[in-house]
Amino acid sequence: MDHSNYPNDYIRGILNGVKTIALVGASQNPARPSWIVTKYLLERGYDVIPINPGLAGGELLGKTVYASLKEVPVPIDMVEIFRNSEAAGPITDEALALDPLPKVIWMQLSVRNDEAAAKAEARGVKVVMDRCPKIEFGRLSGEISWQGVNSRVLSAKKPVLSGKGFQKLSLNRP
Amino acid sequence: MTDRLPGFNTLAIHAGAAPDAATGARATPIYQTTSFVFDDVDHAASLFGLQAFGNIYSRIGNPTCSVLEERVAALEGGTAALAVASGHAAEFLVFHTLLQPGDEFIAAKKLYGGSINQFNHAYKNFGWNVVWADSDDPSSFEAAITPRTKAIFVESIANPGGVIVDLKAIAAIAKKHRIPFIVDNTMASPYLIRPFEHGADIIVHSATKFLGGHGNSVGGLIVDGGSFNFAGDDRYPMLSKPRPEYGGMVLGETFGNFGFAIACRVLGLRDLGPALSPFNAFLILNGIETLPLRMQRHSDNALAVAEHLAGHGKVSWVSYPGLRTDRYHNLAKQYCPKGAGAVFTFGLKGGYEAGVKLVSNLKLFSHLANIGDTRSLVIHPASTTHRQLTDEQKTQAGAGPEVVRLSIGLEDTEDLIDDLNQALDAA
Repeated sequence: MDHSNYPNDYIRGILNGVKTIALVGASQNPARPSWIVTKYLLERGYDVIPINPGLAGGELLGKTVYASLKEVPVPIDMVEIFRNSEAAGPITDEALALDPLPKVIWMQLSVRNDEAAAKAEARGVKVVMDRCPKIEFGRLSGEISWQGVNSRVLSAKKPVLSGKGFQKLSLNRP
Repeated sequence: MTDRLPGFNTLAIHAGAAPDAATGARATPIYQTTSFVFDDVDHAASLFGLQAFGNIYSRIGNPTCSVLEERVAALEGGTAALAVASGHAAEFLVFHTLLQPGDEFIAAKKLYGGSINQFNHAYKNFGWNVVWADSDDPSSFEAAITPRTKAIFVESIANPGGVIVDLKAIAAIAKKHRIPFIVDNTMASPYLIRPFEHGADIIVHSATKFLGGHGNSVGGLIVDGGSFNFAGDDRYPMLSKPRPEYGGMVLGETFGNFGFAIACRVLGLRDLGPALSPFNAFLILNGIETLPLRMQRHSDNALAVAEHLAGHGKVSWVSYPGLRTDRYHNLAKQYCPKGAGAVFTFGLKGGYEAGVKLVSNLKLFSHLANIGDTRSLVIHPASTTHRQLTDEQKTQAGAGPEVVRLSIGLEDTEDLIDDLNQALDAA
């Protein structure tokens, strides 16, 4: 995978294919991007499991917080890493020790660790780096266009409402 | 296996404009509404907290305006854009996002007269200090840099016409000193020049001109190139510091490479208020669909008229970079090989009086203070747009007493030349 230029279908396939997302580096501060992403993904129907040793045992946006990936009691489809590029290395190792293996390791905007990515890809795990799942969801659904952002998607098909409100679009453009 | 990049003509028609999600309307609807209902209280809180994408109130964003924003962002190759009430509003919000009281910015001396007034006078009330440099001498920008310099501003093709700015040379200076480089791309439009490809960080437009193109709607655009990293840069607190308006959010960090456009919207447009009407956005969008066709015809017609005037006995000089003999011809070949735009100036041997007579004698050219219309336009800057400048400023700005500015429209060139001939004969 060329990690500087992901095809839209690759990202759309990931966001359509995962359900349970463990978010490492969760925050309880509503001004932090990790809190915003947790809330956004929960509203889009993902089962987000917050990971943060400092908040373990408590609740964040109604979800139980765990100290580490290995303590999560259910299979994880995607690990979303909200830490710095260096920390993404050991977190990837932890993710690759899980059984069953996660399908996807996703590193947040500004986080990139090519060594960790190569390890994951060698095990058949898909990797996304230096991207935000909220921005990518908004881009591919068309929601982000309401903010004047260049979605880089052209379509002559009617976008599909997610069915959960007036201002939520689904990923599945026909 | 990367995604294909659509061509310019395709983007001009499609970017930002999927069919309407609610009705399937294919043309972009005019969402003539002040406000938008929330799904529920939580959704409202998410929108106000910048935690969800969506519409609240048309001063902050509107779905017709956002199609225009995405369209222009795509045409310029930027990450995001913001539509505002005018080109002046675009400049105002850009500087409001970058400058604090006591700060400086460097601007090219050859600019639209309205921008010169805005910078020299209106901005003084905010403590934003303009320092002028010469776009023909890029080193003059470097010489003007101080620790308080927060931005560099030029026009790609500069008013009142005929000047091509060496964007790459000035961009290199801006990059070396880590200063955002702002380019007003009104006169060129992205069809002729795409400033992000030459090192610009931010682009502004008066959409009133070639983007809209039909002389019917005032509007402006700010385009974020996504190339300047504001996060962690203390010189730009609007982007790098926790914002008390948004619970301590750091916009440059949260929104990554489109943080500047978001900051202009949620700190500038929201609080200062120069919103674009959805009806104007609709008309400008319609104009943009034919931008590539119009800009080519504008440039071809302008070259034909400029060549004619260059050989006319009452004309002392013509300043159009499309002419082989022009001092900017090499820069034009480098930056805008498809054409040098619609607007240029020429000098009359008869001076100020001849200029005043010429505009009175023309029958097809409209005497008015605008450019970038389907119709051909004429103005005598010294007696109108540049009247408030001193004689020295007028000459520096390329608007001396003998200067006439034309904005060539889409008519038949034979008719334009015939009208100019009769008016020159009588002048």
